[in-house]
Amino acid sequence: MEKGVYSIFLDEERCTGCTNCIKRCPTEAIRVRDGKAKIFADRCIDCGECVRICPNHAPIPQSDAREKTGQFRHTIALPDPALFGQFKTKPSPRQILAAVAALGFDSVYEVAWAADAVSIAIREFIQEHKGEGPWISSSCPVAIRLVQVRFPSLTEQILPLLSPVEVAAKLAKEEFSRQLGIPPQEFGCFYLTPCPAQVTAIRSPYHLEHSYVDGALAISGLYCELREKISRTPEQNEPVKATAPGLTWGRVGGQTRAVQSENYLAIDGINNLLQVFEEIELGKFNTNIDFLECQCCQGGCVGGTFTVENPFVARVTLRRMASQLRPKLELEEEQEVLEYYRKGYYRAEKDVEPYSIMCLDKDIAKAIYMVEQSEKILKQLPGLDCGSCGCPTCRTLAEDIVCGIATETDCVFKLRERVQSLAEQMLALALKVPPVTVVQRQIMKTQREVLELAKRLPPVLAKPNQEKEGK
Amino acid sequence: MSLEFTVEGKNFLAAGEASSRLKHTLQHIGFPAPLIRRVAVAAYEAEMNMIIHADRGALKAEITPKTVTIWAEDEGPGIPNIELAMQEGYSTAPDYIREMGFGAGMGLPNIKKCTDIFEINTTIGVGTKLKMVIFNKQDPGSL
Ligand code: SF4
Ligand code: SF4
Repeated sequence: MEKGVYSIFLDEERCTGCTNCIKRCPTEAIRVRDGKAKIFADRCIDCGECVRICPNHAPIPQSDAREKTGQFRHTIALPDPALFGQFKTKPSPRQILAAVAALGFDSVYEVAWAADAVSIAIREFIQEHKGEGPWISSSCPVAIRLVQVRFPSLTEQILPLLSPVEVAAKLAKEEFSRQLGIPPQEFGCFYLTPCPAQVTAIRSPYHLEHSYVDGALAISGLYCELREKISRTPEQNEPVKATAPGLTWGRVGGQTRAVQSENYLAIDGINNLLQVFEEIELGKFNTNIDFLECQCCQGGCVGGTFTVENPFVARVTLRRMASQLRPKLELEEEQEVLEYYRKGYYRAEKDVEPYSIMCLDKDIAKAIYMVEQSEKILKQLPGLDCGSCGCPTCRTLAEDIVCGIATETDCVFKLRERVQSLAEQMLALALKVPPVTVVQRQIMKTQREVLELAKRLPPVLAKPNQEKEGK
Repeated sequence: MSLEFTVEGKNFLAAGEASSRLKHTLQHIGFPAPLIRRVAVAAYEAEMNMIIHADRGALKAEITPKTVTIWAEDEGPGIPNIELAMQEGYSTAPDYIREMGFGAGMGLPNIKKCTDIFEINTTIGVGTKLKMVIFNKQDPGSL
């Protein structure tokens, strides 16, 4: 994935500069400057945490415009498994697929079916590479970018296998091209996605030179229309192609179940991922885990920022829906998938690259000097991580100062100290005026008051400051 | 630049904090990912050794563009038989610690694997000093 491509747009009109978002961002990508939040493009991993926390709904995840479908001779919709957890009215899976087609697509291809195939590929790969794990699943683009940005040494452990949506688009184009005699490039594959990071992953793929998918449409954007279409679609009970495990890829634990991994961890939620990646990077539990199922959203993809239903409800709905599907693939189907696997059909075309964007300078000697300086500055800051300076922590302010994008007086406490010392200087100067008149006494009195006020630090600061002086 | 972190014996709540901080500092400097990994693993094993066996200790690091040197110095029981301790799977950690998933006897051998220079000095009843050096082989200046 290219640096600096991301899908979160910040609506400055809505942003009040309240700083709620800066602390939530797992890559410290947001600062508040001049009263508005700014996202550092090369650090944003599209996790959607800022979208979830912002009380003013200023960060807006973007997906492609529906008009884009008009550019293709034949359009194929690729509904994500998470879509099937979005409808409490519990239409049958076939009914949902029919409603998706009714949105105006020429065909529909099940991503859940591709997930079935990818599960077998992962199972094979892990068996062939026993003891080299833990292998990190490669379907959640946020997890991948989190690894690239914050845990670059783990990029080698990302499974070199395509995600289900890429496999679905690849298969769909080939199959329909054969059936209809239309060249593959005239098909437009559109992903109905629960996740803005997938939009980025299609524009700038991490495992491919060019994505097989041609566009991504937010599930939330199509939701009302889909519900309406479902209500008009007659009950349809013919089976769908995917199996139950394929469909449950949309929720945490689903991949593991489909892969049938014995030594696994299934992790959801960005903070849990941060913790587990941290421990792996330090070398904990490397020997006994084969497979790490990683989904950055709470509950898995059903909790994506482009979903509508409550993720806990969606998880249950999805499981119920999956129980209507066949439990596993037929033997011949499995054989066919294995044949494709051996031919390298599911293989990534390129490795995921580590990014060292967290570093302060490209020149190591200079970076060491800068980190040293920032440590010194940090010791002078109050250590409250209050966020009033617009940085998520005092440490990030210190780093921004050495990088030249912030100044010490951005810290309200430092500013107060400056005002205090200026007031003292003013008073000292005023005292130097020789003929003491009544008027001047008045001035001095006012200045003393200013000084007194400036000295009054907020109670919360009193302690760290005293400690520092004591040292 | 140099860094120093104190490590408290038997405090498993803080386990890995010092090595984590060291790792983040190296990331901010922009060392290549494989070097960071080696430092992180060596520092973590050394830190865990101190937490498991010692009363108190310190993890220190000296960072230059070409090398990262780490010292783990503790006050504790010392290592009675270094040769044995260097064998994979040999551990003197008490059972309760192994039940917590630590002390599998991979500590010292693992450190040796990750470092370019590894020195141990230990005095029974006084403490242990480890020195670990990792070269930055990708630094253009050291080629
Ligand atoms: S949470 Fe962030 S984006 Fe939302 S209003 Fe506050 S500062 Fe702006
Ligand atoms: S989407 Fe995530 S990574 Fe990007 S700015 Fe928001 S919180 Fe940070």
